[in-house]
Amino acid sequence: MVSFILKRLLQVIPVFIGTTLFVYYMVFALPGDPIAALFGDRQPPQAVIDTLRTQYHLDEPFWVQYGLFLQNLFTFNLGNDFTGQPIAASLARAFPVTAMLATEALLIQAVFGIAFGVFAGLRRGGWFDSTVLVVSLVVIAVPTFVLGFVLQLVFGVQLGWAKPTVGANADWGSLLLPAIVLGLVSFAYVLRLTRASVSESMNADYVRTATAKGLSRPRVVVAHILRNSLIPVVTYLGANLGGLMGGAIVTEGIFNVPGVGNKLYQAILRTEGPTIVSIVSVLVLIFVVANLLVDLLYAWLDPRIRYDQ
Amino acid sequence: MREKEMTTPEIHIDEARSAGVKPLLEIRDLAITFSTGSGEVQAVRNAHLTIMPGETVAIVGESGSGKSTTALAAIGLLPNNGRVSAGQILLDGEDIAHASEKRMIELRGNTIGMVPQDPMSNLNPVWKIGYQVKETLRANGLPSGPDDIANVLAQAGLPDAHRRAKQYPHEFSGGMRQRALIAIGLSCQPRLLIADEPTSALDVTVQRQILDHLDTMTTELGTAVLLITHDLGLAAERADKVVVMYRGQVVEAGPSLALLQNPQHPYTKRLVESAPSLASRRIQVAKEQGVEASDLLASAAEAAAADNVLQIQDLRKVYKLRQGFGKSSDFAAVDGVSFDVKRGTTTAIVGESGSGKSTVAKMVLQLETPTDGKILFDGVDTSLLKASELFKFRRRVQPIFQDPYGSLDPMYNIYRTIEEPLRVHKIGNAASREKKVRELLDKVALPQSAMQRFPNELSGGQRQRVAIARALALDPDVIICDEAVSALDVLVQAQVLNLLADLQANLGLTYLFITHDLAVVRQIADHVCVMEKGKLVETGSTDDVFESPQQEYTKALLNAIPGAKLMLPPEVA
Repeated sequence: MVSFILKRLLQVIPVFIGTTLFVYYMVFALPGDPIAALFGDRQPPQAVIDTLRTQYHLDEPFWVQYGLFLQNLFTFNLGNDFTGQPIAASLARAFPVTAMLATEALLIQAVFGIAFGVFAGLRRGGWFDSTVLVVSLVVIAVPTFVLGFVLQLVFGVQLGWAKPTVGANADWGSLLLPAIVLGLVSFAYVLRLTRASVSESMNADYVRTATAKGLSRPRVVVAHILRNSLIPVVTYLGANLGGLMGGAIVTEGIFNVPGVGNKLYQAILRTEGPTIVSIVSVLVLIFVVANLLVDLLYAWLDPRIRYDQ
Repeated sequence: MREKEMTTPEIHIDEARSAGVKPLLEIRDLAITFSTGSGEVQAVRNAHLTIMPGETVAIVGESGSGKSTTALAAIGLLPNNGRVSAGQILLDGEDIAHASEKRMIELRGNTIGMVPQDPMSNLNPVWKIGYQVKETLRANGLPSGPDDIANVLAQAGLPDAHRRAKQYPHEFSGGMRQRALIAIGLSCQPRLLIADEPTSALDVTVQRQILDHLDTMTTELGTAVLLITHDLGLAAERADKVVVMYRGQVVEAGPSLALLQNPQHPYTKRLVESAPSLASRRIQVAKEQGVEASDLLASAAEAAAADNVLQIQDLRKVYKLRQGFGKSSDFAAVDGVSFDVKRGTTTAIVGESGSGKSTVAKMVLQLETPTDGKILFDGVDTSLLKASELFKFRRRVQPIFQDPYGSLDPMYNIYRTIEEPLRVHKIGNAASREKKVRELLDKVALPQSAMQRFPNELSGGQRQRVAIARALALDPDVIICDEAVSALDVLVQAQVLNLLADLQANLGLTYLFITHDLAVVRQIADHVCVMEKGKLVETGSTDDVFESPQQEYTKALLNAIPGAKLMLPPEVA
């Protein structure tokens, strides 16, 4: 088990170098001058431009810039962004907000997705099942930004049940509406996955045997149908946590959440190489760790899986 | 020992009846209907059977005969789209055909127990064995401490039960899982045990142990058993009474031996005739052509050396078993096996699962590379074949595999399936290939109309005929049959074996027959090689091996054939 974890952690190195190099190069190759973009319509004196260029190493070739970036990263010196703010500090503010948002979204999709999926799966073909299937299809089909704006308009503006935008001081309550929007699409997938998984295990031989042993229906459902059906669902949820952290760009944009997605979006607009790559590096780490945790969770849920062989 | 047990219950029952003992289970005029996409289908009609307390009754029939459905109705476990549409299921006089789910939950476990068919899929893979016993005891209000659990498992013949209880199903072998399922089925001491093909997934020797154990336990507890099986020999050996079902109806019922010796219904007669039992002999096609088998052997003996189409010399196959931390140990799946196969004869390799018999077949087919040893085909060492020669070799040695469902491409129609090898080997043009396919279909007795159909539209027996036709397409010299009839019902099995024997007589084919079923060996093989744990333990002519086996292992295998000790009148044998 230990050797499995070590092996997986070692895999982080090539993944990390590969992704950062790729993203760094993409930013480097973007057309447009980031310094010019910084000043907008004004034309700064050439001396200022040159100073800034040297300060941010923009006059160096690609490999030198990338090398400097890696060096800074490993000395935990992420440097300043183009507005002069330390990148580390702004990330430290943004990540907790996004983590809160992602956790809330994950809880929503897990609780409602599994509950609805189990009910639909147990009574396959019933009215609840049919309704839920159609609704989930609609949710999957409609893009997040449409859902986001509609919910913002209805609940935030017209009904006034929630704040339409989050703003600087994000807390669990104000993040609820964005979390619902963020979690909705995966909620539909969790629901469908649970439903399929439940109706499959319902027909399993061991479920029939459990019934033949004289167990009551609720026990059969909980111990033999639910436990087995949840294995793929939990795996999906775990892998999805990484996606929620990184995939919040649209949602954070709509609701003006000061999270990672927002920061990343602004950095891309400003062609700020160091900020983009810093955020992506952290997201890559989160993805890799989340996937490792999912693998361990999977082995814990399903005793047939063993990694030490 | 068996004979005694087979006669005493009869007397016991007669006494019981005269003493006014009521039947434990009585099924009267039962009809079961399934609602399917294409309307209502009646799976069982007018079924009737009676089980007295402590009695063993077997329902025999082929797959789809309604035998399992009838048994499932008795424990209220019909699939959701099935229902009892007529008749009664009386348990101690109480009609449970339409009993409430609450009442059925009360009855299941402690009044009616069940041992299901497939030990691989009937234990929940995510719970420990001990827990699966524990919840059974608890649901039926019995003490369920660690000692009670170990006790239940130990009674079913699981050694080291305390430790075993802490293991998961995947850590058990098939035989051990079936013991665990028997333990669960009998843990609450039910009065009726439904055993649905309890051993059909197991090796014969394991099967025998398990059935013996089940016998002992049910006799001790006085449990009545409803045994579902497709194996007439097994039913007659284990049950007091046999009920024969065919297409959803009970066609015949009566005391086991009487029914076997004097079958009345045409279906039962066919079933008795094709039951592969020890009494049967090699299918005698040669004799029908007026040639005595001994003549064939004599002429073969003269040119023995020249006529060995396959010579296997000291064959070994070693697999590396990984043990973690980069270490590995060697596992010899096949260990120093040598034998010859004479042209135009059938050689059978028998053994239990894991004995290495299929690995030998794969190496002969050049699908696995031997670690050591030689395979000579027509005197040529097959390991020295170049790619182009190997291609030609494949044309002359063809396989037929076990599962006719899995080995035919579902997206290919029958014509394309049989024609494919001809096309691959660039034989003939479109017209001549079509002619060839038509001939092949004739040879395997399939209608030409089958050409445009797809595998899912054919029965298991028909599919295996297609597989045979495909193997014959390239006019091979040798056909390797890897459990080619094991997946088929008895009657279909008999048809396919006859077909193989006819083809051998007409085309001079050589068969290498891999099987675990000694009864089949008796019917088809001239020579037998018995394998145990990778080694060849006994070889000889079929008659010699069956009449005077030399090795304990061979004797155990022969003894384990269900119905081996039953005396059949010569006319049905």
